[in-house]
Amino acid sequence: MQALTNRVKAVERKPMSFFERMYLVAIFKGMFITFMHIFKKKPTINYPEKKRPFSPVFRGLQVLNRDAEGRENCTACGLCAVACPAEAITMEAAERKEGEGHLYREEKYAAKYEINMLRCIFCGLCEEACPKDAIYLSETFTPADYQRKQFIYNKEDLLIPHPVEEPEAYKKALGNKAKKEIIN
Amino acid sequence: MLLAIDLALIIEKLVLIIIVVMASLGIAMYTTFAERKVAAILQDRRGPNRAGPFGLLQPLADGVKLFFKEEIIPNFSSKFLFILGPSLAMLTAIMTGAVVPWGDKVHFFGRDISLQIADVNVGILYVFAVVSLGVYGIMIGSWASNNKFSLMGGLRAASQIISYELAMGLSLIALLMVTGTLSLKDMVLQQHSEGWHFRWNIIYQPLGFLIFLICAFAECNRTPFDLPEAENELIGGYHTEYSSMKLGFYLFSEYINMFISSVIMSTLFFGGYDIPFLNEANLSVNIAALLGILALMAKVCFFLFLFMWVRWTIPRFRYDQLMNLGWRVLIPLALVNMLVTGGLILLKQNHWHF
Repeated sequence: MQALTNRVKAVERKPMSFFERMYLVAIFKGMFITFMHIFKKKPTINYPEKKRPFSPVFRGLQVLNRDAEGRENCTACGLCAVACPAEAITMEAAERKEGEGHLYREEKYAAKYEINMLRCIFCGLCEEACPKDAIYLSETFTPADYQRKQFIYNKEDLLIPHPVEEPEAYKKALGNKAKKEIIN
Repeated sequence: MLLAIDLALIIEKLVLIIIVVMASLGIAMYTTFAERKVAAILQDRRGPNRAGPFGLLQPLADGVKLFFKEEIIPNFSSKFLFILGPSLAMLTAIMTGAVVPWGDKVHFFGRDISLQIADVNVGILYVFAVVSLGVYGIMIGSWASNNKFSLMGGLRAASQIISYELAMGLSLIALLMVTGTLSLKDMVLQQHSEGWHFRWNIIYQPLGFLIFLICAFAECNRTPFDLPEAENELIGGYHTEYSSMKLGFYLFSEYINMFISSVIMSTLFFGGYDIPFLNEANLSVNIAALLGILALMAKVCFFLFLFMWVRWTIPRFRYDQLMNLGWRVLIPLALVNMLVTGGLILLKQNHWHF
C-alpha cells in the first residue's frame, strides 16, 4: 500500500535477542519507573482539611443581602424569578408596616423567598437581574442532604447574617464580595 | 532422665510461640495497610489516611468491618470443608514461623533463651512441608464452595504451586550443597561475617536466589502469579463464595505467607539476623539479640516492599506463559545451577585441580 505521507515509520519486527527474551532488564526498567513515582508530587488535595481556592467569579450558593444597617435589600420585585432560566425562585411580596423600618429598606419586601437548589443551575442571572443588589452568589456550594424538601431554601437559609449583630459572620458570608460592596 | 519435663522450658517456649504468632498476625495486619499505602504512593495517590494519624488504624477498621459482615455459607457447599479451607490456610501460614531463628538468644532471669521456637535439624524441609500443605487450604475451600470460578481458581492454585515448588526445591538443593546443613539456625551462623569476610549466601548463589524469589512470588499467589485469584477472570478465584472473617482468613493467610517467605528468603540468602561486619560478641547478649531482630525485620521489610513493588509493576501472566516459565525455564535453570554448584564444590575440595 502506498503511504499517504512521507512521515510513516515502518514498525520494526525483528525477533528479540536472547537478552531481551530474558525480560529481566525490561522488568528492572519497569520497576525503576514505578519506583520513581514515589518521589512525584501527588495531585490529591486532602479535601475537608484543605480546600482548593475558588476563582473570583465562582458562582455558589445564593445569599440574600442586607445593607450596612442590617435591613433587607430585597423588595420582592420578581425580576430574579423572571430571569431565572430554571424557574427555581418563588417569592411572595408584602407591604412594610409601621415600625418595621429597621427590618426592610423599602416599603415592599419579600415575605416568602424560596430557591429550589435542585433546580438551580447557578448561572448567576438572578444576581445580574437584581436592581437592588439584594441577591448574589457566594463561594460555598450546596451541602448534601437526605431529603428533597431540604433543598428548598427559604429566607432563613438564604439571608446573610446581620452586619451589626454578627459582624464576623457577616464578613465571612460576604467573602470576596466585600470589595464590590465598597465600590457601591 | 531424657523425659524429665522442664517447666521453665515449657513456659519459655509457650511465651515465644505466643509472641511469634501475635507478631506475625500484627505484621500481616500492617502489611495490608502497607500494601494499600505503597500501591497509592506508586500510583501518585495518598492512600488510606482517615482512620487515626496517617491512617494507622485502618487495618483495625478493616478487621472490625470483616467481623461484622454477614457470614454466608452457600446452600450447596460442603459445609465442613467450606469452613476447613480458610482454617487450614491460616494454620499452615502460621505454623511456618516455628523453625525460623528470629534472633540469637536473650538472657533473662538467669536463663539463656534461644529466639527460635524449635531448632529442628531439618528446618528447611519442615518449612517446605508446611508451605506445600498450604495449597490444601485453597483447594479444599475452592472445591467446597461448589462454584465454577472457585474451582477454576483452586485448580490453578494447585497446578501452579506444584509446578513452582519443584523449581524452588531444586534451586534450594544447590544452596544446601553450599551450606551442607538443613537447619536454619546453622545456615544463619554460617553466614555471619568473619572480620571483613562477607559470607551471605546471595554471593554464592545469585541464580539460586533469583529462582527462589520468583518461586516465592508464585507460592504466595502474588502478582504476576496471582492467577488463582485473578479478579477480572475468575471474579475472586478460590475465595469467590467467601464472606466475613472466612474471607479475611484467606487474605490474612496470604499476607502471613508473604511475611514468612520474606523471612525465609532473608534467612537463607541474606544472613538472617546477621548484621554484616559487626562482631556480636563485643555487645551484651540482649542488645545483640535486639539488633539482630531489627536487622532481620529490616531485611523482611525490604522483601515485603519488593512484593508490593512488583505487584504494581508487572502485569499478570497468561496461564500458558506461567506453565512455560515454570517447567521450561526455571526447572532447567535450577538443574543447571545445581550442576554448576556441585562441580565447583568438587573442584574446591580438590583444591582447584581438575
